[in-house]
Amino acid sequence: MKLELRGITKRFGPLVANDSIDLTFEPGTIHALLGENGAGKSTLMNVLYGLYAPDGGEILVDDVPVTFAGPGEAMAAGIGMVHQHFMLVPVFTVAENVVLGHEPIHGAGRLIDLPKARGLVKEISERFGFEVDPDELVENLPVGVQQRVEIIKALSRDAKVLILDEPTAVLTPQETDELIGIMRQLKDAGTSIVFITHKLREVQAVADQITVIRRGRVVGTATPDASAVELASLMVGRTVDLGVEKEPAQPQDATFVVKDLTVIEPNGARSLDAVSFDVHRGEILAIAGVQGNGQSELAETILGLRHATAGSIRLDGTELLGKSVGDVLSAGVGFVPEDRSTDGLISSFSVAENLILDLYDKPPFAKAGSLSPRVVAENAAVKTEEFDVRLTSVQDPISTLSGGNQQKVVLAREMSRELRLLVASQPTRGLDVGSIEFVHKRIVAERDSGTPVIIVSTELDEVLALADRIAVMYRGRIIGIVPADTSRAVLGLMMAGSTHEDALRDAGDHPTQNDAEMPEAEL
Amino acid sequence: MSAVTAEVGTLPRVEARIAWRNPAIYGALGLLSLLVFGVLTPGEDRTRIQVSSATDVFTIDTFAVPSRLTAVLLSLVALGLAGWVAWNTANRKRNAAWIPAVFGALVLTAFLIWVMAGNSNALPLTVLLAGALTAAVPLAFGAMAGLLCERSGIINIAIEGQLLAGAFLAVVVASTTGNAYAGMIAAPLAGALVGWILVMFAVRYKIDQIIVGVVLNVLVIGVTNYLFSTVLTQNPQTLNSPPRLPTLAIPVLGDIPVIGPVLFQQSAVIYLMYVLVAVLQVMVFRSRWGLRMRSVGEHPKAADTVGINVNRTRIRNTVLGGAVAGLGGSALVAAGLAFTKELTSGKGYIALAAMILGRWSPKGALAAALLFGFADSLRRVLGNLGSPIPSEFLAMLPYLATIFAVAGLVGRVRAPAAEGKPYEK
Amino acid sequence: MTTTTETAGHSAPVHHEERKSVLAQILDSSWLTITAAIVIALLLSSVLIAAANADVQKASTYIFARPGDFFGAAWDSISSAYSALFRGSIFDYQASGARRIRPITETMTSSVPLIFAGLGLAVGFRSGLFNIGAQGQVLLGAAAGTWVGITFSMPVGVHLVAACLGAAIAGALWAGIAGFLKARTGANEVIVTIMLNSISFYLISYLLTTSLLRQGGSRPISPAVAANATFPLLLGSSFRLHLGFIVALLAAVGVWWLMERSTLGFQFRAVGVNQRAARTAGIKVNLVFVLVMLTAGGLAGLGGAAQVLGTDKTLQAGSAGSIGFDAITVALLGRSKPLGTVLAALLFGALRAGSPLMQTSAGTPIDIVLVIQASIVLLIAAPVLVKELSLVHRIAQLFGYRMKEARA
Repeated sequence: MKLELRGITKRFGPLVANDSIDLTFEPGTIHALLGENGAGKSTLMNVLYGLYAPDGGEILVDDVPVTFAGPGEAMAAGIGMVHQHFMLVPVFTVAENVVLGHEPIHGAGRLIDLPKARGLVKEISERFGFEVDPDELVENLPVGVQQRVEIIKALSRDAKVLILDEPTAVLTPQETDELIGIMRQLKDAGTSIVFITHKLREVQAVADQITVIRRGRVVGTATPDASAVELASLMVGRTVDLGVEKEPAQPQDATFVVKDLTVIEPNGARSLDAVSFDVHRGEILAIAGVQGNGQSELAETILGLRHATAGSIRLDGTELLGKSVGDVLSAGVGFVPEDRSTDGLISSFSVAENLILDLYDKPPFAKAGSLSPRVVAENAAVKTEEFDVRLTSVQDPISTLSGGNQQKVVLAREMSRELRLLVASQPTRGLDVGSIEFVHKRIVAERDSGTPVIIVSTELDEVLALADRIAVMYRGRIIGIVPADTSRAVLGLMMAGSTHEDALRDAGDHPTQNDAEMPEAEL
Repeated sequence: MSAVTAEVGTLPRVEARIAWRNPAIYGALGLLSLLVFGVLTPGEDRTRIQVSSATDVFTIDTFAVPSRLTAVLLSLVALGLAGWVAWNTANRKRNAAWIPAVFGALVLTAFLIWVMAGNSNALPLTVLLAGALTAAVPLAFGAMAGLLCERSGIINIAIEGQLLAGAFLAVVVASTTGNAYAGMIAAPLAGALVGWILVMFAVRYKIDQIIVGVVLNVLVIGVTNYLFSTVLTQNPQTLNSPPRLPTLAIPVLGDIPVIGPVLFQQSAVIYLMYVLVAVLQVMVFRSRWGLRMRSVGEHPKAADTVGINVNRTRIRNTVLGGAVAGLGGSALVAAGLAFTKELTSGKGYIALAAMILGRWSPKGALAAALLFGFADSLRRVLGNLGSPIPSEFLAMLPYLATIFAVAGLVGRVRAPAAEGKPYEK
Repeated sequence: MTTTTETAGHSAPVHHEERKSVLAQILDSSWLTITAAIVIALLLSSVLIAAANADVQKASTYIFARPGDFFGAAWDSISSAYSALFRGSIFDYQASGARRIRPITETMTSSVPLIFAGLGLAVGFRSGLFNIGAQGQVLLGAAAGTWVGITFSMPVGVHLVAACLGAAIAGALWAGIAGFLKARTGANEVIVTIMLNSISFYLISYLLTTSLLRQGGSRPISPAVAANATFPLLLGSSFRLHLGFIVALLAAVGVWWLMERSTLGFQFRAVGVNQRAARTAGIKVNLVFVLVMLTAGGLAGLGGAAQVLGTDKTLQAGSAGSIGFDAITVALLGRSKPLGTVLAALLFGALRAGSPLMQTSAGTPIDIVLVIQASIVLLIAAPVLVKELSLVHRIAQLFGYRMKEARA
């Protein structure tokens, strides 16, 4: 099936997410759609899948113009999609999720024919060698398996074109390899695949055809033998140099010590399992790992958002465990949360208010329980100037600012105190290149002033750019702490659970991680 | 998936703490029952129980049991259950699902024995149970209405208004036509109208569903009060004197002692309730309709991406739910009652509570409705016979039970995930 | 070898920024929406008023023969109802002397408990807590105030303060149950407060018939509170307006300061918008839940005290009437802001004050007030619906105004 997009335009209010995009997906190929976060890739695919109605342009299936009023019609036309955030009902079984919307039924009550539904799941999983139990609840499955359920769901509807939206974001490097294998298998079986990603290596490993999208427009096409540097500069619009300029670290004494930290969730799962490490003053320790291996829990436990079951966290010799979040912050911990929009900012509050979110009750902002709006505004003027926050008024809601400027507000706030420890989770997620540079510089400057710094990042490039030492987390444990010059291949294996020694021995067998010389262009 | 897992360290494994709350609650209740209902009851007291009325086919004589001994025995069995729960918990085993029900029944029976101890009147068991069922029927309909809406993601606080509107229309139609069945058939229309307004505001204008629900209740109370004070009081004969819904005794089943008269010598609307609960229990969990409804309530976007129209599903279910509640309204006046101001007196809220206590399942909601109906019936019966507990406290029971339930003292309550959230692509 | 083709480089995404015309700004303003909502609600209620009128019903039987009769009768019924409502609530042009302004003071009197309870709910709404329980909190406050008023004997001033304090504490603790359960177990405050409302009703019935507040007879009514415990009248004995009105206005100012200027209010608002961010910033969210409910319940409790100590002087199970539920509509109509809440309370106070005269002189039952009130709030909550129903916006649409663009 040949699929063609002509002049697709999609607006959200004043923002043009897709600006007259032309694309052709040839049958039986893997077509990669490459672009930064927010470039408009997902919007385009949601238009193709009938979730959004385009404001202009047309979709052609085998040269015949079609319109999709909803995903149902797109599916009927043979388009399937595996969404970045899985579209699975957690409390349903695998079989129920797979048949939802096209249920086999029997009887007058239109009861679901469960044996038939199970059979469907089994048949497809056997065809591709998946091991999926049709009767397991989806919420009990690991993410990698959930993704396969999504693929089964699409295939059960005879998808001829399968759109995979950022499918590797939640996978380990090994799971990614397996997914790539599946993609090739599907292609051999005649399915076209649209592979949306911002990771260059994966594109080069699997794509037959590459289209690069930037700021809602197609900015170029390439074949898989295009160099990473070329693809990267197409993607971001200028030649990229992501190496952070920094002096070698001057580590002093280890003032932050975590020992045997264990967190057991109410359901019995160990999100942290005997985690031990220390951070020296004037050093950046990066916590690397695939999303969901305990990094978020570690950051939240340090801040006091989660209760630890056992262990200790000492800052300058004082125990932090058991303290309230407010006390931990007062002890000199600066915290940049993983998701600034849900954890770091209050969207309807003004920029000025957001700049005092954890200082509102301290002088000079408040006296005797009463806020001083004048001081709050003056502080905002100073901070936004210092951190180069672009805005019209500090009294505007923070939601009117761009992501980069919002993140600068968070940094400005967290660095306005005398810090004894800085914890920054995913500090540059979703930011433009300019903001990334700024944020990285400020973090390095904080290190150079003698603060111990912890960076939690799932992006290897960021880890390699900032770290003085790297701790790799896997299933709630620190699998090893390695020097900053460790190769990507070794880090990749460790992120999948190998010890450092095993990883050093095994490095080299993996198609996507063997190029340690690759420039840092994964954005 | 890669099988390379490195086991690091040989630290002693830290175990999660054992949750002792449930066994503690069972134990405390059991002890309370043993002391108050059992040991503290005077030894010579007897509790008389009347199990059938003179008109029954099979009559059983009223009998008496020694109060203290019976209550002590029941409490000891309950304490035994509590001990078993504690043992299971200590060994990290799951507790069986029937335990709360059996435990509750034991303590409740001990309570009844205690309440009636030494009372010269006999406890009229059949009357008590029949009253419980009558009181439970509108609650059960209301709870089914709430369930239909909430399973599709719409919070229905307006059950009260739907019951009231249904009761109003049932009375007016039954009075004008002189046919109680006509009233029963008309009532769902009024409930459905309220449901339709609710879902329109929720889906089309995306207003907070709790606000709409609360305000709709005020609106329906206002409109029915107003119409009652004007039109209905102007023509009470033609508009507000509905006939009674006839009792249809089911042969054989209706002749079973105790249960027969209670369950199977009832009016059509009660049989409808049996059918509705049974049908919903199957349809919600096993049919295509039910699967789609639940997917919309749990993860609307997932439903949308497989071609299910989220808002249409919500609209249909909420209107259907409103109709079911309207039917419940007709059950309220099935005995040929005239309409009065605020006739429902908070039953819609109790129905909501029954739905929560029943964990959004038809079966569970029916059980909760029966429990609340029982409390209501007991209050009336004890009001006539005299009892050591003020009737106000018995009236509070359903509400207290619900607070305990949502506070997690009676197991975890999990609402549909997307409940109350308007769906936007 | 590479085959990279660069299609034209592009700059920033195009922004379609359009300036709203002055007309559109006026049409989108919340004041116009509120006014339109009130007018539409009154029109809807007119239909009910006319429909229930005997003359209109009679005229409707021959509407096609003499439509003038029908419309005349309808107009008569509606205008007499609304003019009676006006005379009963604002200015009685048929009375003489000081009695002419009595209605507006009655409106102010009726609004006092609504202001208090509405402010309490407003604090909750802005802090993200959906407190449906003002009804129970008002009742508990009224009961505690009554208890202090009938049980003790204290000097002038002190007794009133003590009674009010008792009422505030009782309301606060009652609401605090919901706050505490939410903080400790995550229990949904909507459900808990609904249940507490019913429990409070039975609790007060019990207290009135069997213990603490019992008068002696079989009627569920308390003895009259001591004179020292009542709110002093402001305008002499021919007017019922009492000091509570001033206190309520002061409370509104206090709530404004609390929410806009205090560090506590900063925490309340932060929790109201984004609990996770508040928690990350070191705010003790669970403590805030409890404090918000204590504040809300305290204010609602004062509302109950104002009703008993200011107006009724004795407590009955029905003393709280529907204050608690009306207060929800008051807070919603007032957009949870202190000034808005006061104005909304005055509007609903006017409806309450004017409806008895409407019933006696125009024969329109008081219950119509509930219909008006509920319709207003439903419409306010749905600005888009108001615009769809509003004649002004419909006409403006003919001249190119787009009503879907902005949501008030």
